[in-house]
Amino acid sequence: MAKFLRNDLVVLAIFAVVVLAMPIWLQPLGAGYPDLLQRFAIYGIFAIGFNILFGLTGYLSFGHAAFLGVGSYAAVWSFKLLSLNVIPAVMLSIVVAGLFAAVIGFICLRRSGIYFSILTLAFAQMSYNLAYSVLTPITNGETGLRVLRADPRVIDGMLGVDAKGVLVTDLFGISMSGYSGFYFCAAMLIIGFFFAMRIMRSPFGMMLKAIKSNQNRMSYTGFNTRPYALAAFVISGMYAGLAGALLAATDPLAGAERMQWTASGEVVLMTILGGAGTLVGPFLGAGIIKYFENIFSAFNQQALNQAFSFLPEWLQDIVVGVISPFVGEGWHLTLGVVFMLIVIFLPGGLMEGFRRLGRLFTSGGNGPDRRKAASPAAQPQAAE
Amino acid sequence: MDAIVLQILNGLDKGGAYALIALGLTLIFGTLGVVNFAHGALFMLGAFCAVSFKKLLTLAEVTKVPSDLGFPVTKEVFYLEKWFGQTGLTIIDFAVPLAILISIPVMILIGLAMERGLVRHFYKRPHAEQILVTFGLAIVLQEIIKAIFGANPIPTPAPQFVSGSANIGEWLGLGQFVVYPWWRLIYLLFSLSVLAAVFSFLRFTTWGMVVRAGMQDRETVGLLGINIQKRFTIVFALAAVVAGLAGVMYTPILPPDYHMGMEFLVLSFVVVVVGGMGSLPGAVAAGFLLGILQSFASMNEVKSIFPGIDQIIIYLVAVIILLVRPRGLLGRKGVMET
Amino acid sequence: MSGIKDGVSRRGLMKGGAAAAAIGTAPLVFSRRAWAEKFRNDPGNAKSIKLGFNVPQTGAYADEGADELRAYKLAVKHLNGEGDGGLLTTMKPKSLKGNGVLGKKVEYVTGDTQTKSDAARASAKRMIEKDGVIMFSGGSSSGVAIAVQSLAQEMGVIFMCGLTHSNDTTGKDKRRYGFRHFFNAYMSGKALAPVLKETMGGERKAYHLTADYTWGWTQEESIKNSTEALGWKTVKAVRTPLGAGDFSQYITPVLNSGADVLILNHYGKDMVNSLTQAVQFGLRDKQVNGKSFEIVVPLYSRLMAQGAGKNIKGILGTTNWNWSLKDEGSKAFVKSFGQEYGFPPSQAAHTCYVQTLLYANACEMAGTFYPPEVIKALEGFKFDGMGNGPTEYRAADHQCFKSVLVVKGNEKPTSKFDLLEVVKEVPRSEVEYDPKIFGGELGPYKV
Repeated sequence: MAKFLRNDLVVLAIFAVVVLAMPIWLQPLGAGYPDLLQRFAIYGIFAIGFNILFGLTGYLSFGHAAFLGVGSYAAVWSFKLLSLNVIPAVMLSIVVAGLFAAVIGFICLRRSGIYFSILTLAFAQMSYNLAYSVLTPITNGETGLRVLRADPRVIDGMLGVDAKGVLVTDLFGISMSGYSGFYFCAAMLIIGFFFAMRIMRSPFGMMLKAIKSNQNRMSYTGFNTRPYALAAFVISGMYAGLAGALLAATDPLAGAERMQWTASGEVVLMTILGGAGTLVGPFLGAGIIKYFENIFSAFNQQALNQAFSFLPEWLQDIVVGVISPFVGEGWHLTLGVVFMLIVIFLPGGLMEGFRRLGRLFTSGGNGPDRRKAASPAAQPQAAE
Repeated sequence: MDAIVLQILNGLDKGGAYALIALGLTLIFGTLGVVNFAHGALFMLGAFCAVSFKKLLTLAEVTKVPSDLGFPVTKEVFYLEKWFGQTGLTIIDFAVPLAILISIPVMILIGLAMERGLVRHFYKRPHAEQILVTFGLAIVLQEIIKAIFGANPIPTPAPQFVSGSANIGEWLGLGQFVVYPWWRLIYLLFSLSVLAAVFSFLRFTTWGMVVRAGMQDRETVGLLGINIQKRFTIVFALAAVVAGLAGVMYTPILPPDYHMGMEFLVLSFVVVVVGGMGSLPGAVAAGFLLGILQSFASMNEVKSIFPGIDQIIIYLVAVIILLVRPRGLLGRKGVMET
Repeated sequence: MSGIKDGVSRRGLMKGGAAAAAIGTAPLVFSRRAWAEKFRNDPGNAKSIKLGFNVPQTGAYADEGADELRAYKLAVKHLNGEGDGGLLTTMKPKSLKGNGVLGKKVEYVTGDTQTKSDAARASAKRMIEKDGVIMFSGGSSSGVAIAVQSLAQEMGVIFMCGLTHSNDTTGKDKRRYGFRHFFNAYMSGKALAPVLKETMGGERKAYHLTADYTWGWTQEESIKNSTEALGWKTVKAVRTPLGAGDFSQYITPVLNSGADVLILNHYGKDMVNSLTQAVQFGLRDKQVNGKSFEIVVPLYSRLMAQGAGKNIKGILGTTNWNWSLKDEGSKAFVKSFGQEYGFPPSQAAHTCYVQTLLYANACEMAGTFYPPEVIKALEGFKFDGMGNGPTEYRAADHQCFKSVLVVKGNEKPTSKFDLLEVVKEVPRSEVEYDPKIFGGELGPYKV
């Protein structure tokens, strides 16, 4: 056990260093600016949380964006009613998202397999449709819920803190935009990562994996698996709520499209891309997809021509001609292709790819830890 | 009364489209055991068969004419019009119905390619992976269509003589305001006949019997020495054709764009689940049922009691059905019932 | 962004066009020194500046976004003194010299809004934080414009709105750092009403189908108010889900409701679908209350109208600008756009092009890129020769006031671009309103 703990601490330390150093090592990749760094951390949290449900129990939720959205709304309401400080907002969001997840999870977990997926999808779509239209008094619909000067902010009022000029969320005076916002999100990510690691290693985590490998057998032994699955569902809902709160904290605006089923699909893509069931994979997947969305989509003809200007002109035309359908407005296409390739050839995600590469170079290396992180896809799914 | 008749017609019409897409989905699931998230894309590709066919018919001789705008504008004369005069224009007018003939072989090819190239390798893999890979395929297909045809909807009207509406109020003795577009009536009839054709094909031919047997028990049929694999490939092609035809005929109702498949995908999944996974009659019944429910939910009288009900009715029904009767309306006992 | 000292005295100096013109002609070195204050993305001594063009490149408005991007590229070309100069040849008063902006070459970066507020803000932040843009622009949805505009205020970077039609953009959600050249739903209503009265009479019963989100609601309200002022009655206003696809269940009750006009408060794909289907249901062939049934689409987008094909023939609506206009500015713009790309520009392209030029011109007027001074140069700026006749950027709400076009789907189009026919150019005076009616506040100059 002591060895395990030490191992975990090493992993955690490396993870923390890598995350906190992102502004430095992402700079050459063109991604070292606060907003994208914040997004890497936030969607990393979202994906790590999603992985606790999907990676461990095998329940594929297609409605997780709803919890993210609810978390965002709760956070913005906290900024409006309580305080511009992010602490109450984060706590409120986690609680609200957790409660919401408990209700939806309680209903959805009565079914498994694809039925579970459809149920979560249905709930998320209902949330989205209502938030966009009928619930506009709460969500401010298409325009998105924003912090306004006229909002009461009870706590700030009591403490005599008065927002001057532009309304910016803060952590006891530290502004949550820019790099300080990123470090706050990164701290949350590291905490979230730590919890996820503890959960995976705990008896509770073992139980969840057992649900995945064979639910029927579990219930034959007289074991009621549902409370465990529900706990996993709620925990991952809380992670989503935290991610939503951080989105709102770094950028105090919550829009309904965060809850659309395509947004739920996105977190599935992230998790699978990186490697479901692994610790680091979901974070990696989230980073890659956000990188695509923000950097790849911005390559235009002009930028491409500049990038390849070292080539002779005729070659430059050919290269730019071949690449341009895949970048800029074609970034969705690239995403689709990459995603298909991953699912076809590396169902365990990029982490499996790394493992295979690692196996090529080292002869041995199959300790207990490695097997634990093995891809979920390689194991039979019980749900169907 | 008038309103109810019209809403039932609306529901049947929508239901026809849902049923056609859901039928293919459930057929693929029942035989191949594959959850095909690219099925909406097949519907979209069908619609774009009609668009491409119309583009083909309206190929035009382009000449640059100087204009007072400061740059030459292009003037287009359709080759068909140039060669055949009025007859050519009539052919163009009938682009959508004619596209059916083109779309059948095209959709068969697409279906075969998809099954052989991709889906086949996923028979034994978990449903989650099937969903993901076909979802990826759907994204790729729609982005290709967008790269070729752009993102805007493309008008593909029905032939002139059926573009108006039928005065069904007079036939039924309901008054002059009960009218319904001819094309939608045609669509309803069309979807019913395609459904009938598929059902009789599966019921009355030996070929279909084997497929149905395969749906019940794949292993035993395989043991009988029948090449079930090959039949399943053809089943996939058949499902692709059905979805494609639904798409072709839908173009005059909904000017097609690259994203239409995704919009129908979620709905048709709900239809399949409500009807019962793998149940063909279930898919059809649920398609029509949900279509009608959706129409009624959007009536003002209903909305004034339940605000926003038209936004969520489909999902609400799905949730209730899944909780109360998880095998779906007409699903077989024991199939996917956990 | 703290640490910027208040420059009231300088601001006072800057007031008035005369002073601006004087500074504009002064040596550039001088003007650069005049504002040694720090602001975000100050180009300093760099030889070039960057503008950010944030348009939908994926999703339903991708084609509109592509057309906007074409216009932006053209504007950059013209600002740098390349090409035929476009509207630089007709704009007046003009401080631009065709050598970039304040002597600096203009470069640009692009981004994809996906027509989602989140993605649009992420993309805008990338432009501001990573690429260092001094101004950004773009649009095609009011939700996005409002979200991005408040970001502009927070970051202290000017946002020139592209296509956004909601009253809120320059109404209750207006911002000091946001400017809109495009018209709004209120103006649509005001401009449309007299023409509706002329063609359909003063006793009509209207039935609204409204996209169930904020823009739809503001348009419904504006059109309702101005038609009811004519004496029309509103029989019913029904909300439809966004992206409903099939609108049949909303259209069938219309004929039996006793209404004789259907008003479609839809935009984009929803407009294409609802209009196509309303025509299919034979509404326009009917006689109700002894009058022939009519359909109105208050906001037209030519690019989208293409999707509805023949169905738009004869249907009234409004638009910000149309390429068939014959004034000098419009002709110059259509010519240089057409020479570049081979087809005429859309209204979205026009507004984006004009916005870019207006921003650049304001920098020249202010003699600096320092946003508060540029904002002051834009506020109350009166100009002409940009395609809509005499226009003013109203200082109170950053809304442009100019004539609004009432258009009709062309009965006999001469080409596939010739979809809309201008029925009437409604002068500015008829669509003007008191900025107070929508509330909201602009916020501070300095952030």
